[in-house]
Amino acid sequence: MTLDTRPRLADPDALFALLVEAHRGLDAEASRRLDARLVLVLANHIGDMDTLRQAIALAREAG
Amino acid sequence: MPATYANPRYAPAPIPAAEERRQVVVGGAGLVGLTLALDLAQQGVQVVVLDDDDTVSFGSRAICFAKRTLEIYGRLGLGARFLEKGITWKTGRVFHRDREAYAFDLLPEEGHEYPAFVNLQQYYAEEWLVEACRAAGVELRWKHRIGAVTPRADGATLAVEAPDGSYVLHADWLLACDGARSFIRDSMGLPFTGQVFRDRFLIADVVIKGDVGFPTERWFWFDPPFHPGQSVLLHKQPDDVWRIDFQLGWDADPEEEKRPERVIPRVRAMLGEQVPFELEWVSVYTFRCRRLERFRHGRVIFAGDAAHQVSPFGARGGNAGVQDADNFAWKLAFVLQGRAPEALLDSYDAERIPATDENILNSTRSTEFITPKGEAARAYRDAVLELAARHAFARPVVNSGRLSRPSTYTGSVLNGPEGWAGGALPGTPAPDAPVLREGAPDWLLRHLGGAFSLLVFGPPEPSLPGALPRGVRAVFVDDAGTPGALWDHAGLARARFAAPAGGAVLIRPDQHVAARFATPDPAAIAAAHDRALAGASMEIAR
Ligand SMILES: Cc1cc2nc3c(=O)[nH]c(=O)nc-3n(C[C@H](O)[C@H](O)[C@H](O)COP(=O)(O)OP(=O)(O)OC[C@H]3O[C@@H](n4cnc5c(N)ncnc54)[C@H](O)[C@@H]3O)c2cc1C
Repeated sequence: MTLDTRPRLADPDALFALLVEAHRGLDAEASRRLDARLVLVLANHIGDMDTLRQAIALAREAG
Repeated sequence: MPATYANPRYAPAPIPAAEERRQVVVGGAGLVGLTLALDLAQQGVQVVVLDDDDTVSFGSRAICFAKRTLEIYGRLGLGARFLEKGITWKTGRVFHRDREAYAFDLLPEEGHEYPAFVNLQQYYAEEWLVEACRAAGVELRWKHRIGAVTPRADGATLAVEAPDGSYVLHADWLLACDGARSFIRDSMGLPFTGQVFRDRFLIADVVIKGDVGFPTERWFWFDPPFHPGQSVLLHKQPDDVWRIDFQLGWDADPEEEKRPERVIPRVRAMLGEQVPFELEWVSVYTFRCRRLERFRHGRVIFAGDAAHQVSPFGARGGNAGVQDADNFAWKLAFVLQGRAPEALLDSYDAERIPATDENILNSTRSTEFITPKGEAARAYRDAVLELAARHAFARPVVNSGRLSRPSTYTGSVLNGPEGWAGGALPGTPAPDAPVLREGAPDWLLRHLGGAFSLLVFGPPEPSLPGALPRGVRAVFVDDAGTPGALWDHAGLARARFAAPAGGAVLIRPDQHVAARFATPDPAAIAAAHDRALAGASMEIAR
């Protein structure tokens, strides 16, 4: 599957707020673990290694 | 120190009166060298085995013998001993901190003679192999150390050092089974490369009499309260011995950690104050995943730890070495007996190197999960464990060791036609199944292997055996109990091959499927048989 990189979120500000809110009150280590859990949940939802490889490559390049 | 086992001491062999020339010399009487020697002897090959020691493994080392290994020992006549003495288990449980994260069942399927795993101390296996080797006429020379090796086009010349003196031995074929620190490998200057893991583990084998409170299962802890921040593995062996494996970290001092004053409190913290135990064997190890670039170097062939090494997670070391022996023995026997060209031996590399890479890949991945290096790896590892307790999707990601699975030689140049879709394809080890022979319970695999066989799903066809290539045995399996056929009363044999009625399967001496035929046409069978032996000469470029 091809990674879909078109803008798809109806309310992007709400997503940003949701992520910030999820990390509120967590120290750096707990935050890191929350992100890791989140990545795993989403990766399973996507369920396609090929798409995930493209996503990881894109994320690395952007940094 | 072991209290439950006394190592046998074998009498050192006298030295030969003059320089000798022998056809096959096995260097090293460990698990793999002994298995290879026994298999060769049973195929009618004369073998001399040299070992620098006079006994079997000191301390148990390998304890988990996988189903495929048990089937190989079944073929060699030792399977019943493993079942009788060994501890059969199939459930693994994984804990994270103080709760269970995940449990798995290794062989949910019934109808196989051998279970997924049997736990047994390596020294018992080696002791039985020594007995069987002697009975099969293998010449075992204890306390004969290989001190120099000169490889030659027609074999290898060895300088052997024994208690009575030294001598020169010419081997037409040298099978290097001298373990992870292989002298033969090093003296030939062959690079043994791969990855070293910067961690140390403590093995404490302890004797606990009476009720321990642990079932016969594999228990693995990540970050348990009794050993914070590290992993621990618990496994049962025969003779009331339990294996406990503590991760120590890279900074641990190996000598210090082996002292009973250090080990006993660790074990007590785990078992509880009230459980009395005795230390049986203690060892501290680090591990590596590495292999030789090639296993065959002309007339010198490497097998077992001398050829490749993996981390113990997954029990892939010994089990892989036994499969090396299984793969190589019949090939060498056929070449020596003039029934196949020497090029057949190159298929050993072609089949066992991918198998080794699979073992190394699995073992490396397990190691990365168990001993995560770096903050990110650790965060992901812990995240998986945290999710696994409540969410099924994360459980398969938990990796406490992917346990040894049989190697499949898919795509091997020795493989012939698939014949039909599904079931056990060419390259896979033939699956077992319960059958009845003259009304008595029996197992399919007992009738396959040692020689080539043609498994035919149908009643006996009297004209077929005579039409097969020399040395190929016909084995008829039908669903009606016709005299002269094995009765597939449960229908599992045919189902596991997904075979059509009348279908036939050509099976190699190592019980791997060579080719399948929807109808047994003698010309097609002869061509596949030739391919499984001699076809190699055309296809494999050295
Ligand atoms: C802690 C631990 C746990 C393990 N657990 C498992 C497990 O559960 N399951 C599993 O499958 N594997 C396991 N393994 C791996 C397994 O023990 C090895 O893969 C296995 O022993 C390899 O057998 P081998 O015959 O190749 O080598 P070895 O058993 O090492 O035998 C080599 C032999 O060569 C002899 N030798 C050496 N040099 C010379 C010389 N110069 N001349 C003559 N003879 C010589 C030695 O004396 C020895 O007898 C474990 C290993 C360890 C350390």
